[in-house]
Amino acid sequence: MMAAGVRIAAVAGVLAALLLAPFAIYPVFLMKALCFALFASAFNLLIGYVGLLSFGHAAFFGFSAYVAGHAAKVWGWPPEAALLAATLVAAVMGVVFGALAIRRQGIYFAMVTLALAQMIFFLSLQAEFTGGEDGIQAIPRGVLLGVFDLGKPLVMYYFVLAVFLLGFLIIWRTINSPFGWVLKAIRENEPRAVSLGYRVDRYKLLAFVLSATLSGLAGGIKALVFQLASLTDVHWHASGEVVLMTLLGGLGTVLGPAVGAVLIVGIQNYLAALGAWVTIVQGVVFVVVVLLFRRGIVGELLARRRKGV
Amino acid sequence: MFELIGIPPQALFGQLLLGLINGAFYAVLSLGLALIFGLLNIINFTHGAQYMMGAFAAWLLLNLAGLGYWPALLLAPVIVGVTGVLIERFLLKRLRGLDPLYGLLLTFGLALIVEGAFRQVYGVSGLAYPVPPSLAGGVNLGFMFLPLYRGWVVLASIVACLVTWAVIERTRLGATLRAATENPALVQAFGVNVPRLVTLTYGFGVALAAFAGVLAAPIYSVHPLMGANLIIVVFAVVVIGGMGSILGSVLTGFGLGVVEGLTKVFWPEASNTVIFVIMAIVLLIKPAGLFGRAT
Repeated sequence: MMAAGVRIAAVAGVLAALLLAPFAIYPVFLMKALCFALFASAFNLLIGYVGLLSFGHAAFFGFSAYVAGHAAKVWGWPPEAALLAATLVAAVMGVVFGALAIRRQGIYFAMVTLALAQMIFFLSLQAEFTGGEDGIQAIPRGVLLGVFDLGKPLVMYYFVLAVFLLGFLIIWRTINSPFGWVLKAIRENEPRAVSLGYRVDRYKLLAFVLSATLSGLAGGIKALVFQLASLTDVHWHASGEVVLMTLLGGLGTVLGPAVGAVLIVGIQNYLAALGAWVTIVQGVVFVVVVLLFRRGIVGELLARRRKGV
Repeated sequence: MFELIGIPPQALFGQLLLGLINGAFYAVLSLGLALIFGLLNIINFTHGAQYMMGAFAAWLLLNLAGLGYWPALLLAPVIVGVTGVLIERFLLKRLRGLDPLYGLLLTFGLALIVEGAFRQVYGVSGLAYPVPPSLAGGVNLGFMFLPLYRGWVVLASIVACLVTWAVIERTRLGATLRAATENPALVQAFGVNVPRLVTLTYGFGVALAAFAGVLAAPIYSVHPLMGANLIIVVFAVVVIGGMGSILGSVLTGFGLGVVEGLTKVFWPEASNTVIFVIMAIVLLIKPAGLFGRAT
């Protein structure tokens, strides 16, 4: 365990770096990384702490992006209201999907979530309000609370950072709460948690809804950042990417998913011009991580330090 | 010409046939998935990519080696099956004893690599594969026109499923396989080479997928992503049917194909999603699946 002083210094250092980052690095890249870091952290709540692998989280991320885009563009809602709507819709979807998916375990859970997400993909393809193949384009970023003009890149960056930190804090609090410990107990030994009198299904559902809600928040804000909501974000590829980010960073670690998200977004940017190579590289990363370091980058570092002490 | 609830019979039976053909692919693919799941306890996410590899193998055999449809129907599953054996031998084997989710993640990664590689080489426009001359044309059944090749696809799939069923339920090899599914350690103690059995089962499941791919090649264009969306529907089929019984997964596959075909006639907009909706309903009523055992 780190001494409290060191820990506070480390957190302060990371916060300072995040505040200063847009002066050194292209803000749009940073904002994209933050959106996916929140998405992956929300996803990790489920796989890392309850042991449930959802292969359909793109449904919440992508569909919420449509909701935020539609609210901001067609209804002319301010960004805070559009985001709230996106988050609420994701929560409702989370209740429905979660209630269905937790009826099966393990591999079936993954297949059910994947299939439900594919249904959302086809609905998004056919529905009027999503704009089909074109998506919703030129979404206005608007003026936050009537004060902050999100059209300015720096203002937008700090807003995205604030949303990310808020989401991250919620996840961190959840993991370290009594609720979070019950989740971990379910992950480690579900029959035992049942025999201790916990209503396991309720805990799973609540974790699922929380994860879906925060994924929706991430999707909504991504729509504002890129001023675009498209089929890419509801496609199963996006579900696979968030799995990859979390796996690469470290399942069940607090910081892992964020680290993984930054790395994968970086790879995407770097290889963007090379077409299908992005997919191939992502596949290779999957295979290498599963075969060689299943704990992920952060998980390996933590394990190594524990061994060293 | 009579009409059925405002639908001309030609359109109705045409869609029914298309539904049967899709159902044939669902059946063969979910059968392979169930076999692999039974012995390896993993869900083979590469299955869709291996179906696509089957179609590409047929196309390559035709265009590079000049081998026609019938040799390809035999050779392509063997070639793709051998790649499956290698995958099991060198990659999946390392995951024995781990959470089965890692198998899912590994095979998902492999699917991305394979599909990405084919996309990089062949693009996304799709390649044409001709219907074999011996099955060109069709017969008029009175109520509809049946293209011979489409009839053949349904027939060949049913035969493939029945042969697989017979081997597993009626032969000594199948009995060993079922025993190894129940209790691999005990079967190994009896002197059966279980690891080899596991490898061959994976290879056979993969070969079935490739067989479906060859059957599909003349109907759909040969396309790097032809298996990607299909496999997700097949997952839903597997959830609906449960993986406990071979005949169960075959029946579910064909049944859902027909339901999908009928939906195309009566409510075209819902045809993409109907199977997923059925999956949701089955999860509510019978979570273990129609033919599944509770897990």
